[in-house]
Amino acid sequence: MPSSRGVSVFPLSLVLAATAGLALGLGAFAFDYAKGSSYLGNDPRTCANCHVMEGHYAGWLAGTHHAVATCNDCHTPAAFVPKYWVKATNGYHHSMAFTMGGYPDAIKARPESAKVVEDNCRRCHAAVVEDIAHGGDVSCVRCHRNVGHIR
Amino acid sequence: MPAETQPTKNRALLIALVAGVFALVAVGVAMLLVNISEKKSEARFSYVRVVEVGEDDTDPAKWGKNWPREFDDYKRTAERTSTKYGGAIGTAEGEMAPQKAERDPWLKRVFAGYLFAVDYRDRRGHAFMLKDQEITKRNVPGEGKQSGNCLHCHGSIMPLYRKLGKEAAPQGSPAEQLQAGLAKVAEMGYWDAHKALEDMGGGKAHPVSCVDCHDPASMEVRVSRPGFIAGIQKLAAGSAEVPHLPSIDRWRKGDRSKPYDPNLDSTRQERRAYVCGQCHVEYFCGKGMTLLFPWAEGLKVENAEHLYDNLQVKGQRFKDWVHAETGFEVLKAQHPEFEVWSQGIHARSGVTCADCHMPYKREGAQKYSDHWVRSPLLQPNRACATCHPLTDDELKARVLAIQDRHFALLTRAGNAAVAMIDAIVAVRKPYDERNLAAATAKAKETLAKQDAFQKLPKEDQDKKMGAEVKANLLASWREVIAKTPALQELENLQRAAQWRLDFVAAENSMGFHAPQELARILGESIDLSREAEVKATRLAVGTAASAAAVPATQRR
Repeated sequence: MPSSRGVSVFPLSLVLAATAGLALGLGAFAFDYAKGSSYLGNDPRTCANCHVMEGHYAGWLAGTHHAVATCNDCHTPAAFVPKYWVKATNGYHHSMAFTMGGYPDAIKARPESAKVVEDNCRRCHAAVVEDIAHGGDVSCVRCHRNVGHIR
Repeated sequence: MPAETQPTKNRALLIALVAGVFALVAVGVAMLLVNISEKKSEARFSYVRVVEVGEDDTDPAKWGKNWPREFDDYKRTAERTSTKYGGAIGTAEGEMAPQKAERDPWLKRVFAGYLFAVDYRDRRGHAFMLKDQEITKRNVPGEGKQSGNCLHCHGSIMPLYRKLGKEAAPQGSPAEQLQAGLAKVAEMGYWDAHKALEDMGGGKAHPVSCVDCHDPASMEVRVSRPGFIAGIQKLAAGSAEVPHLPSIDRWRKGDRSKPYDPNLDSTRQERRAYVCGQCHVEYFCGKGMTLLFPWAEGLKVENAEHLYDNLQVKGQRFKDWVHAETGFEVLKAQHPEFEVWSQGIHARSGVTCADCHMPYKREGAQKYSDHWVRSPLLQPNRACATCHPLTDDELKARVLAIQDRHFALLTRAGNAAVAMIDAIVAVRKPYDERNLAAATAKAKETLAKQDAFQKLPKEDQDKKMGAEVKANLLASWREVIAKTPALQELENLQRAAQWRLDFVAAENSMGFHAPQELARILGESIDLSREAEVKATRLAVGTAASAAAVPATQRR
């Protein structure tokens, strides 16, 4: 029995280890090749990694908020956990869209993303806007469209 | 024994399953890796040059080997597309586009006596530009009425211009030779020029092709057409305001030692309008006249009109044709998209033709201009939403609101023109009736001298006789006009009213390119038509009163 056990089980665990190692190795390489770690930081150039955002990045470079705010300051919440939750969900949507294709050329913020932006406007400009009651669905960027990156 | 084998089997199965899952993960990761790698290389290399292309390569298929994406788009211009107001709506595959007069019946009256009353169809894609010209009834081979000039825009004709230019002006610069070639082709009939072009292209002539808009060496967008080059140089040399073309302002402030060069002096963004303006313009090109873009005084409707009114052809004021019903000399507008765009807010904001009609699109990581040139309404997200962040439905609704209003005003202007023609015909009628007997006698006398006429079948004889009588009546009517200032005033009113109406109707955007400017022009057209109608009605009353003095037997 031990011999038969030794023969039948040992190669299987070896195969398992090899496959898992291969998958992990490939995954690690893909993560590095796709500049995966950059997504954990705050560098705006990261957002232009996937070409779709090149126009937005260029727009931000020329925009008025360029000196005071990066992509994350507007597009992710300030607190650590919500920030990385939004990064993860956005990352999922973006990579699905870019890999599978079929997204519109002029991309538009999802309602959740628009809310994040709105909250950030109000957070940074609290002193200015705290007494303003626009009411309804009026958002800051409806009128102040070109402060970020849209020309 | 069985108790011993069972767990071993189960464990082996589990291990195999886990290994399988990891293997699938590895496959997925590898696929993603390849995808990322492909997109990275796509972003780095926009094209691979596998064949060399040159100035004489008018066949787009050859260019398509280097630029397959653009070529695929270009081929799709053969597909039927339509919007509410344009694009051969409802035609089946292989069917001709509908006659414009089916929608706008007033066109037949406005173009009476001109070939546009015979055949004037809706537009189709670039792929059809040469074919539609070859088969239009306006261009009957036997009659040879059209000039070689038509190929300036309908064919990929540059090699022919260069060849004829070299022969005509061997010592000239390439630019001079180009203009000489243009003049040479102007002397040829359409079908002779067509044949010459076919011979140069190895038995085939192509419609607009890559080489007409792109430098084969650098792929830079560039102007090739001599008509446009001469026209834009005159515009630059003049003093008309062109706030939408800043490079012309810069050139004007310079030393002006060399004429404005649309390829060297302009910005790339301006050239994205110039390449389209090579053909989508108003022009005049009678047989034997060199093709000319009437821009010396500016791009507005009255600038071209003023130029035409002061243009002498064989000692006579320039005209496109004589209106069959009123006998007045009138003008025909072509398709002044470049001029109308120039008057619109998009031009003023630096938005050019290509931005909306060839918007950028993505294929993987590759961003490039859509070469399936078509209505922006068919892809509002790419064409409009990059600047106007709204939904497709909202964008379409906004454009359609402009087009619906424009169409209503256009129809009013067309109806006003018909009312004007009716009123003028009423003025002319008594003169024709008085001259009918003399005109018929003269026609009989003229035709009797022609042996060929006697050999014709009776039906054709009647046709010819009818045409001759008509011509005689027109000749006497023109004599009356020559000595009657009130009729000359009417003639000028019809000319101005129709010029404005047609300038707008022939423009392809149903008002969108410059809504306010086009509404202004239509407003003027309606005003001029109604003024002519009132004046003609008063004149007709006067003529009837004087006719009343004639014995009743001579009246109908």
